Amino acid sequence: MTEAHVIVGLEVHCQLDTKSKLFCGCSTDYRNDGPNTHVCEVCLGLPGSMPVLNKRAIEFAMRVAKALSCEVLYESEFSRKNYFYPDLDKAYQITQYDKPLAEKGILEIDGDDGEKKVRITRIHVEEDPGRLVHMGNAERGRYSLVDYNRAGIPLIEIVTEPDMRSPKEARKFLNKLRATLEYLGVFDSEKEGSLRVDANISIKGSERVEIKNITSYKGVEKALTFEVTRQRNLLRRGQVVERETRHYLEARGVTQSARSKEMEHDYRYFPEPDLRPLQVRSWVDSIVLPELPDARRERFMVQYGCSVNHARTLTGELRLANFFEKVVEPDPAGLPALAATWIADILIGELNYRSMSLDLLEPATFTELIRLLKNGIITDKSGVEVLRVMLDQRLKSETTETPEVIVTRLRLAKTTGDDAALRTAIREAIAENQKALEDYRNGKAGALNFIVGQVMKKTRGRSDPAELNRLLQEELSKGA
Amino acid sequence: MTGTLSFEPDDRFNAFLTTCRKVSHGSGRLAGIPVAVKDNISTQGIETTCASKILKGYIPPYDAHVVRLLKEAGAAIVGKTNMDEFGMGTTTENSAFGPTLNPLDTSRVPGGSSGGSAAAIAAGMVPMALGTDTGGSIRCPAAFCGIVGLKPSYGRVSRYGLIAYANSLEQIGPMAKTVTDVSTLYSVIAGHDPRDSTSYDRSYNHIPSVEIKGLKIGIPQEYFGKGVDPAVGNVVQKAIGTLEQLGATTIPCTIPSMEYALAAYYVICTSEASSNLARFDGVRYGPAADVKKSWHDAYRDVRRAGFGEEVRRRIMLGTFALSSGYYGKYYAKAQVARENVRADFSRIFSKVDVIAGPTMPTTAFRLKEKSDPLSMYLSDILTVPANLAGIPSISVPCGKVAGMPVGLQIMGRHFDDERVIDVAYAYEQAVRA
Repeated sequence: MTEAHVIVGLEVHCQLDTKSKLFCGCSTDYRNDGPNTHVCEVCLGLPGSMPVLNKRAIEFAMRVAKALSCEVLYESEFSRKNYFYPDLDKAYQITQYDKPLAEKGILEIDGDDGEKKVRITRIHVEEDPGRLVHMGNAERGRYSLVDYNRAGIPLIEIVTEPDMRSPKEARKFLNKLRATLEYLGVFDSEKEGSLRVDANISIKGSERVEIKNITSYKGVEKALTFEVTRQRNLLRRGQVVERETRHYLEARGVTQSARSKEMEHDYRYFPEPDLRPLQVRSWVDSIVLPELPDARRERFMVQYGCSVNHARTLTGELRLANFFEKVVEPDPAGLPALAATWIADILIGELNYRSMSLDLLEPATFTELIRLLKNGIITDKSGVEVLRVMLDQRLKSETTETPEVIVTRLRLAKTTGDDAALRTAIREAIAENQKALEDYRNGKAGALNFIVGQVMKKTRGRSDPAELNRLLQEELSKGA
Repeated sequence: MTGTLSFEPDDRFNAFLTTCRKVSHGSGRLAGIPVAVKDNISTQGIETTCASKILKGYIPPYDAHVVRLLKEAGAAIVGKTNMDEFGMGTTTENSAFGPTLNPLDTSRVPGGSSGGSAAAIAAGMVPMALGTDTGGSIRCPAAFCGIVGLKPSYGRVSRYGLIAYANSLEQIGPMAKTVTDVSTLYSVIAGHDPRDSTSYDRSYNHIPSVEIKGLKIGIPQEYFGKGVDPAVGNVVQKAIGTLEQLGATTIPCTIPSMEYALAAYYVICTSEASSNLARFDGVRYGPAADVKKSWHDAYRDVRRAGFGEEVRRRIMLGTFALSSGYYGKYYAKAQVARENVRADFSRIFSKVDVIAGPTMPTTAFRLKEKSDPLSMYLSDILTVPANLAGIPSISVPCGKVAGMPVGLQIMGRHFDDERVIDVAYAYEQAVRA
């Protein structure tokens, strides 16, 4: 079977990055504060309290609707989704049901077989429930505490048609969606818990399985990959895939069948009587969209001469794109080529390795590093070393040294021909590798590279390989 | 004008659930006037139970909008009045804290669900009180206790802080001995509140007028038909005759949608109630859930022990009506019936200024007289149409049958509260001895 037989649709919930909650004035900036400190009678669902819609949240959702070319309904409405759970203060969630904010949109992604349009089924706005914190253990007695700080945070739910054909394509869709939402200024992907995804996956001809509550970008691809394997194995063994809901267990990277009883809710939706219907279609015209990822990618190619791949990577995340432009700002003609390579091919990897936010690194400092490289002060290898020191210092909130200071302190400046230490290293390397020398003299040009490598080792990568090659030949010709 | 008021009423009728013995008050239109507040309206620092065990001990951390307005006008909030649990009833017998008795005849009910407020006024304990009206809960006890009660147009009084029973139907409204006092209290509580998205910017600054010459009054035949005590009908007909003597003309009309109004009302109010009352789970307030049990079992036990029989019945009815597979049969159909009621009123109001009839089909029942729920529900038939349509409606005393008071109900166009108050005032002044 080929990947083409996999069918994936997503339901993506993102927290809208508003200042206050969806139905009250409580601050959404709760992550560094104690439990139940950002609450009032409304988001606690105290008897008698009533919701007042946050206009800004609707405006944010409308930006998304416009960016995804959706049709905004003339009249949409909020409904109550009724179910009991301790994190749900009112025992219903105010959401949108049969009259969502917008429908029928498109998001273009770089799919498995080139450009692909993923159809958006609908976009709606709803409130986040609170959060349960499970305490205790088998000996001490298990119990749960509820934190309502998150209750009432505005969420946008974006539902796609089953248009993706592989876990990788689903991941690409998510990345593109994330970038789009961030460019629109309505979403911050770095806030913990700001994204939750439900994924529907089936293998053509078989039943569909829903995977609930995946909380990371990587998780979506992993969960789907696991599911593809599981479903294919079932089919290979002549068994059938059951239509069911499964949970993704992030720590183990597997999906697990949800107890069916738990999921058999009858939500008893009905229109929320405390809110009036929403008529906001006329807002569409007044929304001015910012430059979106596709446009910025094109501009990076034209303006900075970036390769397609570099441009795509750099514009794939708002922080990255902004960082790149700030880095090259002091010299928009001279810096982009090197900066693009260093950010896209090296910096991202180093950040991921440390699970570190780009926000911790100042663009001006990175510009300085790029200049050291560009002016031949340090080698690429030393550049990586300087970068690692810079990142580690920032991650540990240590005193941060400038690249130049690091170069001086670690003596990483590129070696030059009149460098006595280098001359010594070359002579030592020749002396210690007589076999290679012999090979070289016998016409094996490659053997020289081996000696170059040995010198590099001795100088801890501070030498430019081409320059070293020249110096080595010079040294050998002397001895000849 | 600010001061302290002591309030120690001789409450032989169980009208109050909570009384405040010493109350300080500010200055303003209601300076120093003792005002009672129905126990489903949130009062900061004063226990608010909706006459339910499930809210026993709940002390709201905030004031309802109307309570804030009362305080700003200088009123002294002297206590919280008894009611049918969560407003579900027509007699105030469905209170977890015992029934309220009718001060005019203690073997009879005061009506409900705002029976405590009506009894407190009828007994002279307070000159005015706030009630709430979801399907007649202000007008019924006003009629049974011989006082005046107004259900305002939907949207004219903020519901913020009113513990919801059926959001799309209910309004907080004024109750008092006289139309003038009802009007004064109304002027304090009406107006826009940004915290209630269904409230409108329609303040009330009206001085009641007796001038009703040329007024056209619609007389719906359904209000004098089957199920309505002929003796009550006669008293009301006589009252309408008085209005004619004052220069009004009467026009017979019909409200065919009334056939389904009661059914629609009970589907809508129980549906909304099933959702509104789901939050009472013992997690955040009220008697605490047993944390040793699973949350699901703890919820079930708290709710079973905390809610009275009528409340449980309505929660189950509403849960059923909203269930998948039944929504279309019940909830959606009830909305259609509701639209038909609105359409009927709008058709009639294109020809008349107000509609008049009895408030209740009978006078006050004896305690425990209405033992089966259905006959109790049927007694709401004349009051629920105004709630379904969202229109203003007032009940003003218009005589007695066998010693018990009868209420004349005047309904008007949406937001035409001033007019129904004028008609009630004209009648009240004309019959004043």
